[in-house]
Amino acid sequence: MRTLARDPKIVIGGILTLLIVLLAVLGPLFAPHGEYEVVGRPFTGEGSFLGTDYLGQDVWSRVLYGGQSVLITAVLATALGVVIGGLLGVTAAYAGGWLEEILMRTNDVFLALPQILVTLLVLSAVHEPAAWIIVLLVGLTHVPRVARVARGVALPYVTQDFVLSAEALGESRARIVIAELGPNLVVPMLAETGLRLTYSIGMVAAIGFLGFSSDVGAADWGQMTNENRLALLVQPWAVLAPVLIIALFTIGTNLIADGLGSRAAKGAE
Amino acid sequence: MSTAYAPAGTPTAGRPTARRRPSATRAWLQWLLRRLGLAVLTLLAVSLLVFLATSALGDPVRAILGRDYAVSPERVEQLRQTLHLDQHPVQRYLTWLVDLLTGHLGVSAVNGLPVAELIGGPVLNSAFLVLIVAVLMIPLALGLALIQARTRGSWLDNTISGINLALAGVPEFVTGILLVALFSTSVFRLLPAVTVIPPGQMAWNRPSSMILPVATLVLAIVPYLARILRANLGEAMDSDYAELARLKGIPENRVVLRHVLPNTLVPTIQVTALQLAWLLGGVVLVEYLFNYPGIGALLVDSVRNSDFPVVQALTMLIAAAYVVVNLIADALSILFTPRARTGMVA
Repeated sequence: MRTLARDPKIVIGGILTLLIVLLAVLGPLFAPHGEYEVVGRPFTGEGSFLGTDYLGQDVWSRVLYGGQSVLITAVLATALGVVIGGLLGVTAAYAGGWLEEILMRTNDVFLALPQILVTLLVLSAVHEPAAWIIVLLVGLTHVPRVARVARGVALPYVTQDFVLSAEALGESRARIVIAELGPNLVVPMLAETGLRLTYSIGMVAAIGFLGFSSDVGAADWGQMTNENRLALLVQPWAVLAPVLIIALFTIGTNLIADGLGSRAAKGAE
Repeated sequence: MSTAYAPAGTPTAGRPTARRRPSATRAWLQWLLRRLGLAVLTLLAVSLLVFLATSALGDPVRAILGRDYAVSPERVEQLRQTLHLDQHPVQRYLTWLVDLLTGHLGVSAVNGLPVAELIGGPVLNSAFLVLIVAVLMIPLALGLALIQARTRGSWLDNTISGINLALAGVPEFVTGILLVALFSTSVFRLLPAVTVIPPGQMAWNRPSSMILPVATLVLAIVPYLARILRANLGEAMDSDYAELARLKGIPENRVVLRHVLPNTLVPTIQVTALQLAWLLGGVVLVEYLFNYPGIGALLVDSVRNSDFPVVQALTMLIAAAYVVVNLIADALSILFTPRARTGMVA
C-alpha cells in the first residue's frame, strides 16, 4: 500500500479522480443557481462566470449538478461488468474443457460487436431508456472484455499446488474460485476495473452526447455537450466546461489503471 | 488463438505420429478453413443477436411511427406488412437471414428507399475515412515508439509516454470537441468544424473537411498503439539476440532496425488489427460529431428514427468487417511466425 503512494501515476491520477468525484458529489451543495433555473438569455455571458446554456440556464451550476448521474451510472456499470465478467473468466479458466470452450466462444461473438454498436442497437428499440437500462447496457458490454482478461490472468494459477491441495482437501469449487484464486487476481483485476471505469465514463458521456439520455433536459455532463454543441462558436464554455471535466476524469482513472497495471505486471514476474 | 485454450499438461506429446505428414501449406489451409468456419458461425450468432435486439425488445412499428401509431391504423398495417410482422419470429428471422445472404437488404422503414442505396455512399465515405486513419496510424505510432526506444529513459521518452498515457483514456468525441474548439472556433479559425458535402458528392472531394475527423481518430488510436509498440520494442531490445548483435559490434540503429523491429512484427499486426476493429465502432461518434456523411452518422440517425432495416444492415456490416479484420490478422501472424507455421505440421 505504501509503495502505491509512491507511484506518481497513481498519485496524480488519484488526486484528479478524487477532485472530480468531490465535484460531482458535493457540487449541488455549492451551485449558485438551480439545475433548471433560467438566469438570463441563452448562450450569453449572463449568470455565473461560465455564462448561460441553450435555455439560458447557468452553465457553472449545471456543471456542478451534472456529475452525479455520470458518476453513479459509470460506477454501477463498471461494478456490474467487472463482477460478472470476472466470475465468468475465472470460472472458464478453472473449469476448462467444454464449459471453457462454450464460455469463450460465446465471448467471441459478443466481441465482434463494438460496445457503442450494441448500445445503439438496443437504443433503437428502447427510446428514452430508463437509467438502469443504461447501467445494464454499459455494464453488460464490458462483460466479454473483462472475462477475456480475467481468464488470462487466472490461467497460470489454476494448475498451481495451492489449488490442487485445496481440491484434495475437498473444498467446493465455488470456494476455490473465490477464496483460493480470487486473492491472487486482486491487483490485475483492480487495474482492469480502473480501465473499465475509464471506458464506462466515456460510454455514459457518449450516450448523453448522442442524445439518448434517460432524463432529457437534466444536467448531465454528456448531455450538456450535445445540448450546447451548436453554439461552440458563440458560447464555447457551455460545451468546453463539461468536455474538459470528462477529459480530466478519464485521464485520472486511466492513470490509476495504468499504475495498477504496471504493478500487476511486476507482481506476476 | 484457439489452440491456446488447451490447458497446460494436455497429453498431446504421446499421440502417435500421423501416417502421412501433411505439408505446412496444407496444415495452414486446414487452419484457415477452420477459422473461416468459426467466422461464419460467429456472424450467424451475431445476426441472431442483432435480430433479437431490434425486433424482440418492444414493438418496432410503435417505435417507428411514434405519435402516428395511434392515429393511422392503415399506416400501422402497411408497416407490419413491410416488416413481415404477421409472421412467426423464427420464420421472420430466417427470411431476414436469407435476404441478407442473397444481398436483399430490404427497404428503409422510414422513407421506403432501398437500404442498399441508402448505405452505399456512407459505406464508401466511412471506408475512406478508416483507410486514411489506418494509413497514418501505423507509421506515426511506429515512429513514436522507435524514437522512444532509441532514447529510453530520457526526458523525450518520458514526455511522449506521459502524453500518450493521458490521451489514451480520453473518449474520442471529447478529443474531437477540443480539436474543434482549438482549430475551428474558439482559438484559431483554420478548419471547418463540420463536414459540409453537397448531396451527390463524396467526402474525398472536400479534403479540408476531412482533416479534423481524421485528426480526432488518429489522436484516439496512436497513443494506445504507440504505448504497446514501445513496450514490445523495449522487451525485444533487452533480449539475448539483441545483446549478441551489440556485442558483435553492430551499431545500435542497425540492431533496432534489423534485429529488433522484425521480431515485433507479429504483435504489431495483432494490436493494429485490434485498433482497426475499434475504429469500426469509433467512427460512429466522430462521424456524428463532425456530421461526416458516413455509416456512423447514418447509424445514429437510423437508431433515432428506429429505422430497423438500416440499423440491422449497418450492424451486420460492421460485425462482418470486424471478423474479417481479425481473421486476416491471425492468418498473417501465423504466416510471419516460422515457429507457428512449422508447429502446425507437427
